[in-house]
Amino acid sequence: MTLKYPSLDWDHTIESWGKYPKSKSIVCSLGSRKQEFSQSVQGVEPELSYLAYGRGRSYGDSCLNDGNVLLSTEKLSRFISLDAQTGILKVEAGLTLKEVLDHIVPQGWFLPVVPGTQFVTIGGAIANDIHGKNHHVAGTFGCHVKSLELLRSDGSRRVCSLTQNQDWFKATVGGLGLTGIIIWAEIQLKKIACPWISRETLRFSHLDRFFEYTLDSDSKFEYTVGWMDCLSQGAQLGRGVFFRGNHLLLKDVSENKVKSDKIKTFPFNAPEFVLNRFSMKVFNTVYYHTHPSKKAELVHYRPFFFPLDGINHWNRLYGKRGFFQYQCVVPFEGTQSPIYDIIETFARSGLGSFLTVIKTFGQKPSPGLLSFPRPGVTLTLDVPNEGKKTLRVLERLDEKVVEAGGRVYPAKDARMSKESFQNYFPERAEFEKFKDPHFSSSFWRRVT
Amino acid sequence: MKILILGATSAIAEAVARKIASQHGELFLVARNGQTLEMISQDLIVRGATRVGQAVGDLTFQEKYTEWFEAADHFMKGIDVVLIAHGTLGEQRELEKDPDLAFDIFNVNFISAALLSQAAANYFEKGRRGVIAVLGSVAGDRGRQSNYFYGSAKAGLDQFLEGLRNRMFLSGVSVVTIKPGFVSTPMTAHLRKNFLFANPEVIASGILKAIVKKRDIVYLPWFWKYIMCVIKMIPEFIFKRLKL
Repeated sequence: MTLKYPSLDWDHTIESWGKYPKSKSIVCSLGSRKQEFSQSVQGVEPELSYLAYGRGRSYGDSCLNDGNVLLSTEKLSRFISLDAQTGILKVEAGLTLKEVLDHIVPQGWFLPVVPGTQFVTIGGAIANDIHGKNHHVAGTFGCHVKSLELLRSDGSRRVCSLTQNQDWFKATVGGLGLTGIIIWAEIQLKKIACPWISRETLRFSHLDRFFEYTLDSDSKFEYTVGWMDCLSQGAQLGRGVFFRGNHLLLKDVSENKVKSDKIKTFPFNAPEFVLNRFSMKVFNTVYYHTHPSKKAELVHYRPFFFPLDGINHWNRLYGKRGFFQYQCVVPFEGTQSPIYDIIETFARSGLGSFLTVIKTFGQKPSPGLLSFPRPGVTLTLDVPNEGKKTLRVLERLDEKVVEAGGRVYPAKDARMSKESFQNYFPERAEFEKFKDPHFSSSFWRRVT
Repeated sequence: MKILILGATSAIAEAVARKIASQHGELFLVARNGQTLEMISQDLIVRGATRVGQAVGDLTFQEKYTEWFEAADHFMKGIDVVLIAHGTLGEQRELEKDPDLAFDIFNVNFISAALLSQAAANYFEKGRRGVIAVLGSVAGDRGRQSNYFYGSAKAGLDQFLEGLRNRMFLSGVSVVTIKPGFVSTPMTAHLRKNFLFANPEVIASGILKAIVKKRDIVYLPWFWKYIMCVIKMIPEFIFKRLKL
């Protein structure tokens, strides 16, 4: 029972993960990887623009196309091949990382880079050139893409890689879906012995200690990340908990040890008074103090990489108004790092961040032209949307990031100004040559 | 599990096939579209299927039926389960005007499905074992103005399967009638769905469970059993006035 035509219906209210902004789009579906472009958008008015849409897990508006067309990649969910010798996986772009991991982990393979959720698609991972806790050694997701197929609105198809259609490849990795639709990709997997991670947890009382830990750990641990209490100031500025881990090299720890990973669902949008500066302060303080000063243990890869995936719709915690995620990277210059100033500014601003994450990026360059990561320190804040006040503070942070020569992550953005974007991404002019003339997004219209 | 899937490119059939593949089952797929069949076969192999065979053909071509069963039997060295999953909804308004189109709806949804079930029964009878699972629909439980061509074909199929189940009982062959409710297709993916919509994956799990337990009639998801129970109780003099 399939419908003959895409549902040309304006009633599709689409939200991204941050629940801000709201948008309306016509939603069409890509039937299969062989389907012609014109067939997928049959009946759509020609003046509308297109944007591929995976699972809507970008936080801001880079995955939205308000007043225009979204092309759902949900049906592009087939595996194509997995070479058991080389570990090269070829898959359609609409598969989620979860679907891929569930399948490859029992066979002793792992994705080379994973973000904080496994509910993003392969296409989304490439288009946003995502990074993970191993950026300091592995670089971005795009560093491990061997090739991909790009379908354009004129119906043309290109297989792109570092050796073939190289310019198109570089524009598409991190290209925010604006160069066309990624249909399939070949990814170099990495070998693992078992699904377990040996994790160490270390509490740090000040941002200085975080830098000591991270400098010491980045050469010995594949995965490192810090959680930070962004509301404490002074002698406890940037206190937090540091996590580091490696894949366990032993084979004999059985999968049976995993507690059943039943997923809970956050049932409704929380009332907006739930998250306020006080409750966030309490949460952050409790979180800090309930972690032991030092601990080593074995954990399954799911809670290690995707702790929030255990609760469906956790974004409802922020209520109907939604939230901003603000992620910036600034150069790493020891205790002189501009990150101190940014954290202090935020801590004093009167806003709170429920979850704050800090991590160092490594030197490995991404092939992506508009890729976000740069060597330095990256800070991620989850800020409830309190309207103008929130926007004002984030704007102030932008000024500091620009001044420091850093940048803000488009995949998480819903508010940066045109000027900031131009400052962050001077590569934009070069990128424009590869943008599909009939593709656009709410984000792109906002920043250009 | 060794399964022959007829109508293997339907969303529900593909979801079932993926689950069987991940359990290292063996599959033989039949459908009209060779290109899609090829993509599905590749996918199932990567997902862990021990082997995947295929035949391209229109499921209304009765002269092919024996050939497919023989090919599947030969390829997998036997068949445990036959899943009949093809079907078309049709456009009710067009069907009312065009008897040829209407004939096709009956042919696809009732005649071919019934004859394939019979062919499966004939195949299994000698071995005195096997499961025949057929996709019906809740639409077959009551005739409605919005889709009575499709609905009546499924109703006919429902009764045919009842008879076949009765006929095969002593032979130890199970006939499972599956009646899904609303299933989300990619086209409705971003509609504000009501609670009645289910994903093909959910339906597929239900189908596998019903096959393993050799159930007779299953509504999927389970709550449709009660919805349809109520709908069937509405007296006709009221029902004919409803806009359903």
